Amino acid sequence: MNAQATVTTRPTGAQRAMRFLLPVIVFAAGLAAWELVVRIKDIPPYVLPAPSVIFLTLIKDWAVLSQSLATTLATTLEGFVAASIGGIALALLFNQSKWVEYSLFPYAVVLQVTPVIAIAPLLLIYLEQQTAVVVCAFIVAFFPVLSNTTLGLNSVDRNLAGLFQLYGASPPQTLRLLKLPAALPYILGGLRIAGGLSLIGAVVAEIAAGTAGAGSGLAYRIAESGYRLNIPRMFAALLLLSLAGIVIYGMLALISHLVLRRWHESALGKES
Amino acid sequence: MSPVKTSSGGEAGLTALAVSLRGVTKTYDNGVMALGPIDLAVRKGEFISLLGPSGCGKSTALRLIAGLSAPSSGTVRVARHRGEVQPGHGIGFVFQEPTLMPWTSVRENVRLPLKLARVSKPEARARVDEALASVGLADFADAFPRELSGGMKMRVSLARALVTDPDILLMDEPFAALDEITRFRLNNDLLALWRGLGKTIIFVTHSVFESVYLSQRVVVMTARPGRIQADIRIETVEPRGEEFRTSAAYSDYCRKVSAALAPSYSGQSTL
Repeated sequence: MNAQATVTTRPTGAQRAMRFLLPVIVFAAGLAAWELVVRIKDIPPYVLPAPSVIFLTLIKDWAVLSQSLATTLATTLEGFVAASIGGIALALLFNQSKWVEYSLFPYAVVLQVTPVIAIAPLLLIYLEQQTAVVVCAFIVAFFPVLSNTTLGLNSVDRNLAGLFQLYGASPPQTLRLLKLPAALPYILGGLRIAGGLSLIGAVVAEIAAGTAGAGSGLAYRIAESGYRLNIPRMFAALLLLSLAGIVIYGMLALISHLVLRRWHESALGKES
Repeated sequence: MSPVKTSSGGEAGLTALAVSLRGVTKTYDNGVMALGPIDLAVRKGEFISLLGPSGCGKSTALRLIAGLSAPSSGTVRVARHRGEVQPGHGIGFVFQEPTLMPWTSVRENVRLPLKLARVSKPEARARVDEALASVGLADFADAFPRELSGGMKMRVSLARALVTDPDILLMDEPFAALDEITRFRLNNDLLALWRGLGKTIIFVTHSVFESVYLSQRVVVMTARPGRIQADIRIETVEPRGEEFRTSAAYSDYCRKVSAALAPSYSGQSTL
């Protein structure tokens, strides 16, 4: 382990700064080129709005957009929480009994491989709209939690399991003190994927619901603005969705890092 | 659940047996016969080594004594010094790997057996501190396993095995992965602990030199299925120290044990 550490070249301060600065520079250059092309060619905003117009729309329509953002984020959060609890609980159930796993796992896979955009209209018929949207977010997000947690629970060190057996640990003790901590890095990995996916599920369901004529989430705003050819507002809503995705991912990655930093390889710096 | 029959036997003194295996065999599910039949008797307070080539069933024998797996035939008896102890608590087990929980501190790792037995926190704390002090790690209680060297991790593992104050300590090639200097030091520390605590130690190794240096008896085993080839008593001036390692008596014993071990290897073309 030590030998490896000495071989790995550590990034210098300048390199680290460049890693952060370069994407920012590329982004700024892209925006500038975009703005320039729109102005020089005099492209009308309903064909392609300039970045400055999008930004102004964001401010002008903030009242509408922020409310839609809150709605979409609430849906995403509900779907994410349901997927996390459901996925972990189901994985624990699978871990307790092979028979339950054999009976239910194929259906979990079916739910995963069927495109959610195809399920959404059906759900919207049978369920109340807000419920249907959350269920869509749940369906998309729960499988990675389930499969990662299952993988983690099955990755317990065999000697440690033997040790628990030797000292007569009860099943709840084994679960709490051995299986869950051992599975934690995997669970957190699953949650990180689920965060982004529940946003996707929420958006997909909102678009499906939006065509049915109701709803007020960001995706609905995008669809609605599309019909009205309000292209700047479409871009502004898209920007907010993108930012929401980045923040969700960043928060989950941070939580994962904080929880694992003292012991797990994935969270340790190259120096150890 | 446990195939190990506990007899809280009489206080018959030095000749009382700690462990006895009678006609024990182990056949795995895939039909491979790993062990036996073997007969083995270990007296209380004895330090014995099981020595043999890899795959000779040494570790299997240890797992049978620990109750981690059941014999296919024969009986395994483990006697405890005191009358009433909960299952498993008369035995401490040290694996080949340190087998520590990476997600928690050294202190919590050592406390695990007590936690599982629901020992109260203040009492557990005192016993954990004592166990850590006995392996020379009192200052590292709050470190995480990854912050320790290989030898120190093994000491933590040893402290965890000692924390329940077991009568019998089973060690499965505990120092095999360590460098020689660390191994020699841990050998000496283990001998000191054994002299101080008077526990029965069954030590599995594939090193002739280690087995002769440590134990009162070296039990040499043959490969597949594991049987007992020779049972050699090592008699020297106690306590042993580095001067024994360089003595003529030591090399004589090593030669004798190696000779007993040779037939186990003769069938193997890989050498």
